[in-house]
Amino acid sequence: MATAALGGRLGKREIREVTAWERLKVNRNWLGFWFMLPAAGFLILFLAYPLGLGVWMSFTDAKIGRGGAFIGLENYEWLSDDPVFWLSIFNTLLYTVVASTIKFAVGLYLALLLNENMPFKAMLRALVLIPFIVPTVLSALAFWWIFDAQFSIISWSLKQLGLISQNINFLGDVNWARFCVIFANIWRGVPFVAITLLAGLQTVSPSLYEAATIDGASRWQIFRHITYPLLTPIIAVVMTFSVLFTFTDFQLIWAMTRGGPVNATHLMATLSYQRAIIGGNLGEGAAISTAMIPFLLGAIMISWFGLQRRKWQQGENND
Amino acid sequence: MTDFTRRTFVQGTTALAATGALTGTALFDWAKAWAQGAPWKPEKGAKLTVMRWKRFVEAEDKAFNEMVAAFKAATGTDMNVFSESFEDVQPKASVAANTGSGLDMAWGLHTLPQLFPTKVLLMNDVADYLGKKYGGWTEAAAVTCKQGNNWLGIPVATIGGYMTYRKSSLDKAGFKEFPKDFPGFLEACKALKKNNTPSGFALGHASGDANAWLHWILWGHGAYTVDKNDKVIINSPETMKALEYCKALADTFIPGTASWNDGSNNKAFLAGDLHLTANGISIYVAAKDDPSKKDIAEDTYHALWPVGPVGKPTELQLCVPILAFKFTKYPNAAKAFVTFMLEKDNFEKWLAGARGYLTHTLNAYDSAPVWTADPKNAVFKEASKRALPASGIGKPGEKAATAIADFVVVDMFANYCTGREDAKGAVAIAERQLKRIYR
Repeated sequence: MATAALGGRLGKREIREVTAWERLKVNRNWLGFWFMLPAAGFLILFLAYPLGLGVWMSFTDAKIGRGGAFIGLENYEWLSDDPVFWLSIFNTLLYTVVASTIKFAVGLYLALLLNENMPFKAMLRALVLIPFIVPTVLSALAFWWIFDAQFSIISWSLKQLGLISQNINFLGDVNWARFCVIFANIWRGVPFVAITLLAGLQTVSPSLYEAATIDGASRWQIFRHITYPLLTPIIAVVMTFSVLFTFTDFQLIWAMTRGGPVNATHLMATLSYQRAIIGGNLGEGAAISTAMIPFLLGAIMISWFGLQRRKWQQGENND
Repeated sequence: MTDFTRRTFVQGTTALAATGALTGTALFDWAKAWAQGAPWKPEKGAKLTVMRWKRFVEAEDKAFNEMVAAFKAATGTDMNVFSESFEDVQPKASVAANTGSGLDMAWGLHTLPQLFPTKVLLMNDVADYLGKKYGGWTEAAAVTCKQGNNWLGIPVATIGGYMTYRKSSLDKAGFKEFPKDFPGFLEACKALKKNNTPSGFALGHASGDANAWLHWILWGHGAYTVDKNDKVIINSPETMKALEYCKALADTFIPGTASWNDGSNNKAFLAGDLHLTANGISIYVAAKDDPSKKDIAEDTYHALWPVGPVGKPTELQLCVPILAFKFTKYPNAAKAFVTFMLEKDNFEKWLAGARGYLTHTLNAYDSAPVWTADPKNAVFKEASKRALPASGIGKPGEKAATAIADFVVVDMFANYCTGREDAKGAVAIAERQLKRIYR
């Protein structure tokens, strides 16, 4: 009776194959795919697509308001023989290397300083951020006045002091102009580096310092063997961002010099804008922008593989 | 009636609404009468979207907006006007031309209508009507807008730039009159430098100022970027002479001109550091409006650009043409609006509002009151007559516009004058760029 009833019930239920759809329904990876889709959509729509379009355009002779025909590598061939383009690469590398190095040095110094106990600590930390808070264009305009050929406050002060007899040609002389834009960029970029490194410093456990002090380590040894190694992941991230921002800088240059005098401060970004948007040659401008990609990738690779420790990168424990 | 409105308008410092109320009725009455007999009757329910360049003189913008309001009231055409900065007008117009939507009309710079000749509404009848009524168009204005016998747009006005100088300084340097030729001009600049009252012209990326005076020197020596068939001819003995002349001139300038943008000479002149430059009338207007600059305003005079060895004026002046797109649903409204703007009762008031910043392109407006209102305005009357189109002797169009936007000529001179390149090198770079643009 009991078995019969059981047998009857079992007999009624069909034993069927689990369909692919049913398997998919409970598959966690499949579910994960759907959760990722909005993010992926955003990335594709707003990052991958424009980037791809830019690269494609660099192979065409597109003008503003009109699609172009495919012309292969012609834009690149023309640029490879264009002294202004090479000058802009040199300028960009000079700008990035000098500004980033100094920003790092000054930023680290400031971070170490702000990490000490001192009166008004919170206020000082807030003050350091000011250059970063001011809109770039505003600070660029301020620098433009500070370095003006006729009305420079620096020239005026030095003249009043009797140190110089004529205004310094800040933005009209090649070397001075480069110095000025790099200086402005450093002024603007240091707070970002300083505050981020400061955040990193605060994560270093004080017990390590205590232990080192008991062992009789000097301050330099403490910095070299405790602070620096523990800070490297943060340094890698900060410097990657810093280099990327500097390399692609546009506003400062455009507001201060427009790439002048005679293209001595033209960066790849400003040259690309001048050729593409103002000159109307979208294809050529896109080629200049695309030419920035290898440099940027290179910078990312260096910081990723050079500065970061493997274990941290791969998510293993530090031991 | 118009006199009354003009005066109140110029003096009017009251709020916009109040001014509108004061001048409104007179203007509207005239506008209504005009609309009755206008050669083009706007379509019923017409709606025009118009893009214009961003104004420099506030009163000009006000006069323009009043005109738009009067046109709207008289014809029932709905007007939507917005401004874009100089640099953005051309790209936006190009996009509209290409997508066939967004704008009905665009008021832009230089040779804008030549950039998309197949996408514009031909204005032959409008040009004909206005030309006949107002004494014909100037040569440069016509070349800027015409393709063959077709008018691709209407050259509304020219933004003139002229020599602006301090009379006392020039007197002291021994020049009772402003020099009329290139050697005399160089001597004057040398003398000004010796007296420590220097001249100065932008050698930086100043799209307006730098392009204007450097093309003047280039063309004045009979050198051109391209010939009339758009063949690149920059590499010529004339260009070499222009470079040498420019270098000699640049050696007399106030320091720092290599970093100058369009505003730098205005600032330096108004501060009393600069005694001779070339500019729109804005320096003088700014000095006049500032009570503390009364001395400078009284001492400031304008002069024509000296004529180079070629023996005829070679000025680069900024033409501002308006165009309507072919795809507009209301071609008659567009034509009516352009005509309306350039009719005497509107245009003279508008010129007065612009205070010399805008110069007419229709010969009959030589007698417009603005040119006699202040004797120092008179020079600017010539702007459209003495100008070459931005393309020089070449074909006006996209390529010429690109060459100017990319500072090919400016960089060539700046390269040589600042000593970064020798003459041959500077010309070679420019030639290479031009060949690419004009391929």
